[in-house]
Amino acid sequence: MISAGLSPYAQALGIDIDHDENGQPVLFVDFSDRIQGRPGYLHGGAMSGLMEMAGIAALQAELAQRAETVRLKPVNVQVEFMRGGTEQRTFACGSVTRAGRRVALVNVEAWQDDRSKPIALAQMKILLSPAE
Amino acid sequence: MTEPKSLQDLPSEFVFDPARASKMMTRHGHGGWLGLSYHAHGEDWVELALPWRADLAGVAETGVLASGPIISMMDNATSMAVWTAAKRFTPHVTLDLRVDYMRAAVPGRTVIGRGECYKLTRTISFIRGIAYDEDPEDPVAHVIGTFMASHGTYL
Repeated sequence: MISAGLSPYAQALGIDIDHDENGQPVLFVDFSDRIQGRPGYLHGGAMSGLMEMAGIAALQAELAQRAETVRLKPVNVQVEFMRGGTEQRTFACGSVTRAGRRVALVNVEAWQDDRSKPIALAQMKILLSPAE
Repeated sequence: MTEPKSLQDLPSEFVFDPARASKMMTRHGHGGWLGLSYHAHGEDWVELALPWRADLAGVAETGVLASGPIISMMDNATSMAVWTAAKRFTPHVTLDLRVDYMRAAVPGRTVIGRGECYKLTRTISFIRGIAYDEDPEDPVAHVIGTFMASHGTYL
């Protein structure tokens, strides 16, 4: 269960798993003062934090099908903010575009009440190394 | 005089003061919860501080800070660098932000985020910055991104 692996940071913000979408976990966070940026809006950094978590969870789900265990090391993330996040539940789900032996590329979408209108997109590059 | 509750309440002729604005930005909301505070500033840059805390960790066993709090600090520091360079507060939105992770922050250390505005146009500001936990020459992360003035212009 991935929920047991959610970081202290994710737990402190109230990030949790909502459901699976084509085998990829959909994460969510409810609006609170803890994740508010300018008054009435979700902070871009908190939005990015949720998306990074969803990206990692999607990659873990994909890698779970492999025989060997790997360690994940984020290389970089590029976030495009398209709409302001308002005072409601925010969802995020990643999709693994490519997971090779050394590196993985994961795209993540974040949305609120309308799945077809994402509020942000993220693209993450993650280094895979054999677990010690 | 009483402190304005939010930056939106500041009169537009007010010269932006990052030290004073930090008190507002870091008292409530996400910045307040993270424990961000003002560290230093120059003509076109602002430094904020993010003290280490166990519940900001990405991995409980190691205590290494999650990347989320660092992104949030860099978003705030670069945002304030724009207003510092423009010498006034203008409402704006983050268009994009890219973060390159050099290494993990050392658990227990305060991370400093230095945001710099290297170009202002009427509606777009271009920013970059670093996060470091001891030596600016050995950063934890580099960031680069853009903001867009949402109501009014920067210049």
